Amino acid sequence: MPKRKEIKKVLVIGSGPIIIGQAAEFDYSGSQACRSLMEEGIEVILINSNPATIMTDKETADKIYIEPLTLEFVKKVIFKEKPDGILATLGGQTGLNIATQLVDDGILDKFDIELLGTSPDSIKRAEDRELFRKTMLDINENIPQSIIINNINDGMKFIKKLGFPIIIRPAYTLGGTGSGIAENMDEFINICSKGLQLSMINQVLLEQCVSGWKEIEYEVMRDGNDNCITICNMENFDPVGVHTGDSIVIAPSQTLSDKEYQMLRTASIKIIRNLKIKGGCNIQFALHPKSFNYVVIEVNPRLSRSSALASKATGYPIARVAAKIAIGYSLDEIKNSVTQSTSAFFEPALDYVVTKVPRWPFDKFVSANKQLGTQMKSTGEVMAIGRTFEESLLKAIDSLDIKLTYQLGLSLFENKSADELSVFIKKPTNDRIFAICKALQKGVTVKEIVSLTGIDEFFIFKLSKIVELASEIQNTGIAWLDYNIYSRAKKMGFGDSYISNLVNVDLNEIRALKSKYPIKPVYKIVDTCAGEFEAKTPYYYSTYEEDDDDIKITGTKKILVIGSGPIRIGQGIEFDYCSVNCVKKLKELGFESIIINNNPETVSTDFDTSDKLYFEPLTKECILDIITKEKPMGIIVQFGGQTAINLAYDLKNEGVNILGTSIENIDLSENRERFLNLLSDLKIPLPLGKTAFSLDEAINIASEIGYPVLVRPSYVLGGRAMEIINNDKTLVEYMKLAVDISTKHPILIDKYINGKEIEVDGICDGNNVLIPGIMEHIERAGIHSGDSFAVYPPQKLSNNLKNIIVDYSIKIAQALNVIGLFNIQFVIDNKDRIYVLEVNPRASRTVPILSKITGIPMVNIATQLIMGKTLKDLNYQLGLAKESKFIAVKAPVFSFSKITDLDTYLGPEMKSTGEVMGVDKDYNKALYKAFISAGYSIPTSGNILISLSDFDKKYSISMVKTLINLNFSVLATTNTYKYLLNNNIDNVELISYDNALELLKDNKLVLIINTPRKGKNNQTFGYSLRRISVEYNINCITSIDTANAFINTIKNTQNIKNLDVYPLNNYNINYLMQN
Amino acid sequence: MKAVLVIEDGSYYTGEAFGAFGEAFGEIVFNTSMTGYQEITTDPSYNGQMVVMTYPLIGNYGFNNDDNESYKTHIQGFIVKEFCDHASNWRINQKNEEYFKFKNIVGIKNIDTRKLTQELRKNGTMFGVISTKTGNTKTLLESLKKEKEKKRNLVMEVTTKVPINHLGKGKKIVLIDFGTKYNIPRILENLSCNLSILPAYSNYKEILKYNPDGIVLSNGPGNPEDLPDIIETIKRLLGEKPILGICLGHQLLGLALGGKTYKLKFGHHGSNHPVKDLQTNKCYITSQNHNYALSNEIDSSVEITHINLNDSTIEGFKHKNLKVLSIQYHPEASPGPTDSGYIFNEFLSIL
Ligand SMILES: Nc1ncnc2c1ncn2[C@@H]1O[C@H](COP(=O)(O)OP(=O)(O)O)[C@@H](O)[C@H]1O
Ligand SMILES: Nc1ncnc2c1ncn2[C@@H]1O[C@H](COP(=O)(O)OP(=O)(O)O)[C@@H](O)[C@H]1O
Ligand SMILES: [Mg+2]
Ligand SMILES: [Mg+2]
Repeated sequence: MPKRKEIKKVLVIGSGPIIIGQAAEFDYSGSQACRSLMEEGIEVILINSNPATIMTDKETADKIYIEPLTLEFVKKVIFKEKPDGILATLGGQTGLNIATQLVDDGILDKFDIELLGTSPDSIKRAEDRELFRKTMLDINENIPQSIIINNINDGMKFIKKLGFPIIIRPAYTLGGTGSGIAENMDEFINICSKGLQLSMINQVLLEQCVSGWKEIEYEVMRDGNDNCITICNMENFDPVGVHTGDSIVIAPSQTLSDKEYQMLRTASIKIIRNLKIKGGCNIQFALHPKSFNYVVIEVNPRLSRSSALASKATGYPIARVAAKIAIGYSLDEIKNSVTQSTSAFFEPALDYVVTKVPRWPFDKFVSANKQLGTQMKSTGEVMAIGRTFEESLLKAIDSLDIKLTYQLGLSLFENKSADELSVFIKKPTNDRIFAICKALQKGVTVKEIVSLTGIDEFFIFKLSKIVELASEIQNTGIAWLDYNIYSRAKKMGFGDSYISNLVNVDLNEIRALKSKYPIKPVYKIVDTCAGEFEAKTPYYYSTYEEDDDDIKITGTKKILVIGSGPIRIGQGIEFDYCSVNCVKKLKELGFESIIINNNPETVSTDFDTSDKLYFEPLTKECILDIITKEKPMGIIVQFGGQTAINLAYDLKNEGVNILGTSIENIDLSENRERFLNLLSDLKIPLPLGKTAFSLDEAINIASEIGYPVLVRPSYVLGGRAMEIINNDKTLVEYMKLAVDISTKHPILIDKYINGKEIEVDGICDGNNVLIPGIMEHIERAGIHSGDSFAVYPPQKLSNNLKNIIVDYSIKIAQALNVIGLFNIQFVIDNKDRIYVLEVNPRASRTVPILSKITGIPMVNIATQLIMGKTLKDLNYQLGLAKESKFIAVKAPVFSFSKITDLDTYLGPEMKSTGEVMGVDKDYNKALYKAFISAGYSIPTSGNILISLSDFDKKYSISMVKTLINLNFSVLATTNTYKYLLNNNIDNVELISYDNALELLKDNKLVLIINTPRKGKNNQTFGYSLRRISVEYNINCITSIDTANAFINTIKNTQNIKNLDVYPLNNYNINYLMQN
Repeated sequence: MKAVLVIEDGSYYTGEAFGAFGEAFGEIVFNTSMTGYQEITTDPSYNGQMVVMTYPLIGNYGFNNDDNESYKTHIQGFIVKEFCDHASNWRINQKNEEYFKFKNIVGIKNIDTRKLTQELRKNGTMFGVISTKTGNTKTLLESLKKEKEKKRNLVMEVTTKVPINHLGKGKKIVLIDFGTKYNIPRILENLSCNLSILPAYSNYKEILKYNPDGIVLSNGPGNPEDLPDIIETIKRLLGEKPILGICLGHQLLGLALGGKTYKLKFGHHGSNHPVKDLQTNKCYITSQNHNYALSNEIDSSVEITHINLNDSTIEGFKHKNLKVLSIQYHPEASPGPTDSGYIFNEFLSIL
């Protein structure tokens, strides 16, 4: 079946902001699909609210709409564009839900637009629990016994029959939101009522619990001609009960015999045939560990996290092929882009082992509940490739970029006894694997651990081998660390840093061994065919074996770009956006571009993004090994976030040529003392601040500069452990906590300045500076820049202040001799005094946003400057670029529903997982779009609860008046109520804490405005209020400034009925000098 | 214990020994299946060959009583990256190491199997020797050369010595055993055929004595052109009875119909070979294991029905006026995908 000629214009639906359960993988699949369609000469229209994506880059599609992913706005785009078809199966659950809404809405029939790929009917049959159950039974595939209920009582009977444990799962949610396993009636009622709330069609499924079975996934594809293949299967290290997104996953399956493998493969193909999926889908099975019994857990009739992983694990470009299938091709007609010769109808054969390990946010959310279950909690993941399981696992753990104690069998859990550990590992947690290894070290047997955890003996035994060798290395120490043991360690996958920690010597001493013996890694190709055909893919991994594959090491005109690793809070997809754009430019400039990264979700690890891809841990060792092999001219670190910057210091010391801003100057900006001196030389003010090395010192400093103060350990990313503190008491508490967070570093204490926060991103060639734009935060300083709404161009900033800010920025960039990108945060106090908060001599979170709204390709320019050009050469106007006629509002997006028991109030510690952008010619409209994109629903009537900290009360008066004028009934808690009364606002209703919570649970509140009193405490009313509002999915705003903005938006909603949507291409104006 | 693999081109790989002690000779082929090593070691088609598994972890799920494809192992030697020393699966009933000792297979592990595979891809299948006795590559190379000269009748070595009957209520099928995998009779029995398995060299009369509704020519080892007598027998059977040829059986059928066979550079050995059915335009992932193929110049009485999507070699044909079906791949799977099982029903339906 050849390509369908009648399809000329296709609308691709993106997946929106990064949230837990829906991360960069859809930027990867989406942009790959767009390319796949464009190369077929199809006009591609894209809608996605997430500006940090590569997807929303000019080149990715013919027209790009950064607009809210809601039925209303997607329809607007459809009206405007009248596409022939819509491709929604690449936009994750968001895309799929939009598709379903579009179908039900009837607009598709109206304009006869076809939903390409998997049909609406198929989607329904896979997604709707009841239909799915029926379908599976029809083709006699087993699924866990279950019933659908719309109210709790119906559940009771079923439970009588099946008993506990029982699993509860809402229909139409993603990442398992709201699902959970109930051991008893209370848990059941609790989980179930929330589940009914969260489900789009308030329907939940009660299901037989098959925890402890093997969890196996298959990635399956089918074309319109009913040809089916499985791309690969994957085995979860953790048995069923831990969400696959939170499980260590191995590809291919390790403990399945061919009979089991084929049994599930045959089932997969039977299922995809019956569901008539067109494209890719993911099928999850629970396989009984001691029989051939299995049940189908879930079918995702779309591309997924797993399909991205499968693509990277096998080299098979699933999204690309799925897109071609959607426009009519059959698999045998599509070329295999790896061999270039064979067809896409084949099943990859691996000759290596792939291990994926999730990356959890618990290093930031120290207090959050770390137990894992059916609901996903990780923000990102790493993948590693090795020729043995041990090697791939150890490489993956090295890729996590977390504390070194997190190396198997090292200090972590040392203080726990074997018995304590045996108890601990019963329940799955983020660090269970480390506890297991420690337990093995302390003599708990493999069999015991198997029975405690339900993890397959195969894996535990492998761990025991790692632990054995680790202990052996510990004992030999550096003195006896001879060739024999060192080479065994390398072959098993031990990184040099791991070894150096085991024998506790400096890393360099181990590196010395490597060249002394010498032992060097070889690089093998990921070729989809286990060497059976000659592969063209420049996709490599290291291992310790006899021979390299024939990797062409050509020329010297090449640059190594360091990626940013797993997605985590504070270091998201924006850095992948930057790395990818850097590589694009390098190619255009005629350099060979080499990327090293370890995040399987990203575009940067797509094998045709760079000229060469090394899928490796981002460690000093791995990078140096690659440099030794490739001998690049230099490496670029400023696009890889803090991960790359931190590596740069070590690499520099090894004589690596770091391109762009020099390490000395990066240090100048990061090293507290040096930075203070620099700014005082420049006569640029900083908030008063001192460094404390002891508690007493801290208290003295605090009283000296005066409360409130902002305290934090030095060298942090994402504002970890940063807090605003009002008195000695909380300061003491903090010190206790913070100091054991990082003993190496002293505590920094700054005057907290309660003012407007401003963010500047600039590009500098070492002396001239271009500032594409300034962003003005809606929330006052004190809320992390990543968590605050921000507006471009500034709406409330006088030209005078702008000029000073620009002047400061230029001075700083020049002083730091920045070559490339830099980011500066300022705060302006109520006397219009401007202070510098922070300078980041690297790409920042806001780079993609400014690049897109202004049309100034920041990374593209920066890359050219790094490679020696000047801004003048590129003919750009200097200083602050003229403002675009479009206004952009960036809004943060959180994943609080996934991190149960995390307090949701905002502060200097970053909590958001993603962001969206609202764009319009009018500020209020842009703001409105931002709120909508961020998932706020704008109420028009109903109860609004207000409970404010003393500090914020004074800002609330006009706000409350507005609400009352808009006929909302305003409820306030005691003190807030009193305060309002004293300011003669009397038509506010007083409400007790208990009643407030009741109303909330009865879904009788449309909005909650609750600003916490500083100094958090999980027992307070505020905490319960904030948490419950999350669980019941009701807007709860915790910053008075956000609240004001939101209420203005409510007020304006009437006037801004007729909203228009604008393609990215319209934003831009010309910045080149007119000459 | 040390072991070495010496190849006829003089190259060698040093690794560690597992399984039986001694020396093993044979043609080295690589197999890309990620599971199914037990089926592979017991597949009679491998008689005379040593197999290198491209998947690096072998033995993970051990060995059991149910997954054998014949009464004994037929591979001469086994070459792997890692041989699992702690298998885990509920059906295991023998330790990996013991199994190989017991089956008397010489194995070599911890060598760079990807490198070896790529050598075989570039230079084609080669003859080799695994030794756990000596690391003297010179002497091993000489004995290898001698061994290679030896003429063996590989089919004779593996075929059943006496007829075996599986009574069934269904169609009467004669399966001629050139080294059949168990799964072919298994499937025919499940289709309730009345089955007789005959020795490879049964002649025309002996075969027709059973008055079968159809004849199945099984898979088996080696070069079809080494079996002229059998080809003659098949020529006579053509037209007498419906015939289904599988793998070696398919090649023999092709020759009997006046076709030619040739040796592939490194053969097809794996569970992921894409085949297109030219009659329906449908594609299937098939399990394959063969070093020889039917060449395109075949008799005009024959219609090509299946081709391989990787190298467009012939994967199946049927006769234009006789009831003759023939396929190069393994509809009985084991190891590999079961997608082509329908072939058996198709054959039975024309009887
Ligand atoms: N019946 C069940 N018993 C026990 N655990 C289950 C059951 N069904 C699902 N799970 C666990 O919950 C996780 C999430 O369920 P899934 O259906 O995949 O939801 P999601 O849409 O979030 O992927 C699965 O990965 C599995 O580990
Ligand atoms: N002296 C200060 N006064 C007021 N707010 C501050 C001060 N220092 C930091 N902040 C707030 O804390 C946030 C995080 O601080 P920052 O230095 O940017 O850490 P990070 O490295 O995580 O970006 C800032 O965005 C700002 O809102
Ligand atoms: Mg799932
Ligand atoms: Mg900052």
